[in-house]
Amino acid sequence: MRIIQVQSPGLLTTVQDLGREGFGPLGVSPSGAADPISLRIGNRLVANPESAAALEMTLLGGAFLFPQGATISLTGSDFGATLEGTPLDLWKSKEVSPGQTLRVGSTQSGARCYISIHGGIAVKPFLGSASTHLLSGLGGYEGRALRKGDVLNISEEVSSFRKKTIAPQALEQLAPRKVLRVTPGPQSEWFPESSLRAFCENTYRVAEESNRMGLRLEGQPVARESNSEMITEGVSLGAVQITASGLPIILFVEQQTTGGYPKIANVISADLHSLGQLRPRDEIRFEQVSWEAARSLLLQQEQLLASDGLIVG
Amino acid sequence: MLPPTAEPARFQRASDQSLLIYFGQQITPQAHQHVRRLLRLLELQPIAGVRNLHPAYCSVLVKFDALKLRHDDLEQILTQYLGRLETAAVPKPREVEIPVCYGGDHGPDLLEVSALHKMTPAQVVDLHSSTTYVVYFLGFVPGFAYLGELPPALVTSRLATPRRSVPRGSVGIAGNQTGIYPVSTPGGWRLLGRTPLSMFQPERNELSLLSIGDRVRFAPISPEQFAATERA
Repeated sequence: MRIIQVQSPGLLTTVQDLGREGFGPLGVSPSGAADPISLRIGNRLVANPESAAALEMTLLGGAFLFPQGATISLTGSDFGATLEGTPLDLWKSKEVSPGQTLRVGSTQSGARCYISIHGGIAVKPFLGSASTHLLSGLGGYEGRALRKGDVLNISEEVSSFRKKTIAPQALEQLAPRKVLRVTPGPQSEWFPESSLRAFCENTYRVAEESNRMGLRLEGQPVARESNSEMITEGVSLGAVQITASGLPIILFVEQQTTGGYPKIANVISADLHSLGQLRPRDEIRFEQVSWEAARSLLLQQEQLLASDGLIVG
Repeated sequence: MLPPTAEPARFQRASDQSLLIYFGQQITPQAHQHVRRLLRLLELQPIAGVRNLHPAYCSVLVKFDALKLRHDDLEQILTQYLGRLETAAVPKPREVEIPVCYGGDHGPDLLEVSALHKMTPAQVVDLHSSTTYVVYFLGFVPGFAYLGELPPALVTSRLATPRRSVPRGSVGIAGNQTGIYPVSTPGGWRLLGRTPLSMFQPERNELSLLSIGDRVRFAPISPEQFAATERA
């Protein structure tokens, strides 16, 4: 079996796929890639199913030795990767020769970069998914971020293929956004008109203590109409909850499944991948859109991802 | 016979891929019965395009594939389900006893909670462990059971500043709820004690020790018993 030897793990590198849906009744959130679009494209570039397990790196990559070689792709943000000293392009499949080492540096753009490997990373699935759920220590590689000396198995590849890359105009359309589009949250009415307006006019800064559970934002606090107590209820991915301090938290892939803070808004599905590329200290804004707009933006995005012209030989 | 809730069920869009169903806005045994039955129906007769369910005290969040369903379609289908809640055969609640070592290092807030209610620690332990609780739902993190309701004399506010890390197995109280932290997480509940049992275990057939609807009682144990059970 082919393997990958982790010579240095980077800041926070985990095994991720598209997550495990369906276990909310047990309190288990889906987890999965923070930027699922980059993961899906990365897998397609190496002829994998979109949902194959890959490595998600955060802010700072690492060094990975491929003793038997592999075909890989790097997608997401530019971490300045090199293969035996030669710079490596993003969004392209690349043949790694036996014994070569991939070195991935620190980010030059967004928060996450993915290494997809032809065949996919082989780990024992937990509840049907290979994705790591860090908080509960479940899934992925021993339920944790990679460490120096870890050895990952690569699944046996199923097919051969030609070199691939992504159509540049598609990449532009899928680029992560700093203006996040939102629909109303279930407690939007708890906030006065002035707060709702300010929420979309203010600029917020992503706080250092943001992680895969949630993105904490800093900036102008959002005032609430009343101080009525919420009854804990189910919360959705991308929900923007307003804490007691008035500052927003956006619930992310490793989210709690239920919560007791009022939600002023929810990031639309078509912009969820953008959350995965936000770094601490990035400045963002919110823009309200209609339910219809949210739906058609998602349909457009999925049509683009499904189009034959996305991946070119 | 399923008793009606105070208000009829209400739909609320939560995101472009999720819908909330509220059974009133109060934590009541009736609302809990409705949540449990809807969850059961949706598990036995899944709706095509529904991807996940998040039950809570008096609501269920339904996450769906927005490429396959619209809010309106889903509301229509769910309305039919709501009309059939009576037919949902929910499993008979199990009775589960959870051993808890109260106070000391395992229950760092026991003394403060006692002082707040002008009781002795023994009285707090006695009250907490002589009540039968219902598992309203599992949520927050894997296997976290929301148990209710606390005896009125024990209703206590959350900590002003949540702890950065609560040890797994810790038994806490907040408002009129009590619960057990299955994994080590940040948390603002006041900690009365700790159980040596594994509340959530990936290798186990039943991942979570507790299920929605179960009846729970806490049984006080000594630090020695705690250590012995933890070793076993």
